[in-house]
Amino acid sequence: MLAGSAAPTEAMPRMKVTFKLYATLSGYLPGGARDHQIEAEVAAGTTPNEVIDSHGVPRRLAHLVVLNGVYVPPSERDRAILRDGDTLAVWPPVAGG
Amino acid sequence: MGWTRNVMRVNLTAGTIKREPLNMDWASQYLGQRGLASKYLVEEIDPKVDPLSPENKLIFTTGPLTGTMASTGGRYSVVTKGPLTGAIACSNSGGFMGAELKNAGWDMIICEGKSPKPVYLYVENDHAELMDASGIWGKSIWDADHILHARHQDPLIRIAAVGRAAEQGCLFSAIVNDLHRAAGRSGVGTVMASKNVKALVVRGTKGVGNIKDPKAFMQAVNAGKKVLADNAVTGQGLPKYGTQVLMNVINEIGAMPTRNMREVQFEGASKISGEAMHEVRASDGRANLVTNAACFGCTIACGRISVIDKNHYTIVNKPQYWGASGGLEYEAAWALGSDTGVSDLEALTYANFLCNEDGLDPITLGSTIAAAMELYETGLITREHTGGLELKFGSAEALTKLTELTCRGEGFGRDIGLGSKRLCEKYGRPELSMSVKGLEFPAYDPRGIQGMGLAYATSNRGACHLRGYTVASEVLGIPVKTDPLVTDGKAELVKAFQDATSVVDSTGLCVFTTFAWTLNDIQPQIAAACEGDWSLEKLLEMGERIWNMERMFNNAAGFTAKDDTLPGRLLSEAAQTGPAKGKANDLHKMLPEYYRVRGWTPEGEPLQATRTRLGL
Repeated sequence: MLAGSAAPTEAMPRMKVTFKLYATLSGYLPGGARDHQIEAEVAAGTTPNEVIDSHGVPRRLAHLVVLNGVYVPPSERDRAILRDGDTLAVWPPVAGG
Repeated sequence: MGWTRNVMRVNLTAGTIKREPLNMDWASQYLGQRGLASKYLVEEIDPKVDPLSPENKLIFTTGPLTGTMASTGGRYSVVTKGPLTGAIACSNSGGFMGAELKNAGWDMIICEGKSPKPVYLYVENDHAELMDASGIWGKSIWDADHILHARHQDPLIRIAAVGRAAEQGCLFSAIVNDLHRAAGRSGVGTVMASKNVKALVVRGTKGVGNIKDPKAFMQAVNAGKKVLADNAVTGQGLPKYGTQVLMNVINEIGAMPTRNMREVQFEGASKISGEAMHEVRASDGRANLVTNAACFGCTIACGRISVIDKNHYTIVNKPQYWGASGGLEYEAAWALGSDTGVSDLEALTYANFLCNEDGLDPITLGSTIAAAMELYETGLITREHTGGLELKFGSAEALTKLTELTCRGEGFGRDIGLGSKRLCEKYGRPELSMSVKGLEFPAYDPRGIQGMGLAYATSNRGACHLRGYTVASEVLGIPVKTDPLVTDGKAELVKAFQDATSVVDSTGLCVFTTFAWTLNDIQPQIAAACEGDWSLEKLLEMGERIWNMERMFNNAAGFTAKDDTLPGRLLSEAAQTGPAKGKANDLHKMLPEYYRVRGWTPEGEPLQATRTRLGL
């Protein structure tokens, strides 16, 4: 399914990324999302924080931000550039054991 | 003071019970629970003793904060030499037994020898008695609990018991208290059954006093509780999702051990996750998770209480499993699920119920079944061995049937009860056992989390996450984020986690507090409760002392640096997917540095200077 749209820039080409929200953040996904994820269409050049912002997720709750399985530190979340087919997963502060 | 200063010594061979004073010299160096009971064990048994012989001892032990107002202050531990590993064993449990034991006036119960017939130990404050267990021997823990409550006509007694698996010699039997909290790892339940002890039954009404400075203690306790409540992990995340919130996290970063650790990501992870436990089932309109639950004095409440779909094949004709009971923790869900390839949440919950009912360590159970499934794939285990059961990865029926058989010690369940090391040796492929020092891995693949490889290899009780949980730093960013795919700095990180955890395990508090607390939050509580100098520096030195003491016991028991390793699969077979794709665990880059920062020889022996500095 297609849902969500981050940083729409008319002149920029669009691409698809998988956006996952888990635990207490799941409620920020649009209705109809399955398995805690959506396929989001975003503009080329989009950053993790732009995707997070566009879904209304408060940045203070976006604790664990993982791009293709690799942690993105807060200092990189406005600089890292998503590519077509990427997977961005976000958790609030969590722990277990 | 924190301590009651009373030790109960039970000679099972002679049937005698004596009170003796707690050794306060040792308490000043080892505090309580894990540290202090391990000191008693090390002083009292031959390290080479057969763990299942009468010469081994079994110690139930509380910490100075057990039973107090401190948050999570309800923990107790069982310390012995473990039959699964041959190493020192210390298994920690929550629930209400620890606080009850302290309320009865005891810091510790030391069981020695072997009873000539099945007994249970009944403790009511100062009164202690060995009672005939013939009516409960051969019963499950749940049935024994019911019978004992009826017999003593006291709904407030607390019971810790072993199940049929332990009686049948299953080497990874747990001691289960309060029906579904467990001293789970290393086979401490097997030792208890080997001594012909079925249960510990305790009623304590004396209260827990002896706090050195009550006002300062309550101030420190309240400050600590506020930190836990204000922290997003301990105040919100753990109560709602429990430890199971990690299922999707660890899978996403490519560190989810799957199908006997051949793979590092499981396609069915989301179906067995903490989030999935909240989802309403189409079949019966209910969610797997009924509520969360707390142990004694806990203000986190991470426990899971679950109900299985009555229509599920596992319980459709078994009303005894229709009620709510202890649900899946992450470790159980991973081992029973991802490692066997099973993504049926209800089947996993049923297997978990059985582990509670008859006292099995679900980590070792799941890992051993996974090893059996790989042996079945290779043809070394056949349907002739299994009684016709097809042991295919992904088969929920195989998982639940084998769990039933292992609980009762029947059929192929007796082979599963050996644990993976002995099972794989028996069937000619020892390298397929995913274990260290005989203990199976928990839920973090060390190819994707490098520091955990070092933590597993050097853990004093084998492959265990609760001896040095660098996942907190490498994955979750607690207290600071480190890169899980690099080895630099991991020797120091592992040592720091190992020493700090040794301290927490000696207090009576739960290690989960450390997702919000540091030792700076714990130290004021200890200092206000206990006589003596309990500065932060002294606590950290004590943690290091405990670690080295355990290490020296293991070395004397016959372990060497050669045992500080990982299965070949994790050292040479690279991960196929995820961020760790192409990587194995680089233990060889970390281990020499670890020995150096520990103050050990290149052969893994504590240097004389290290022993002298720590008073060992």
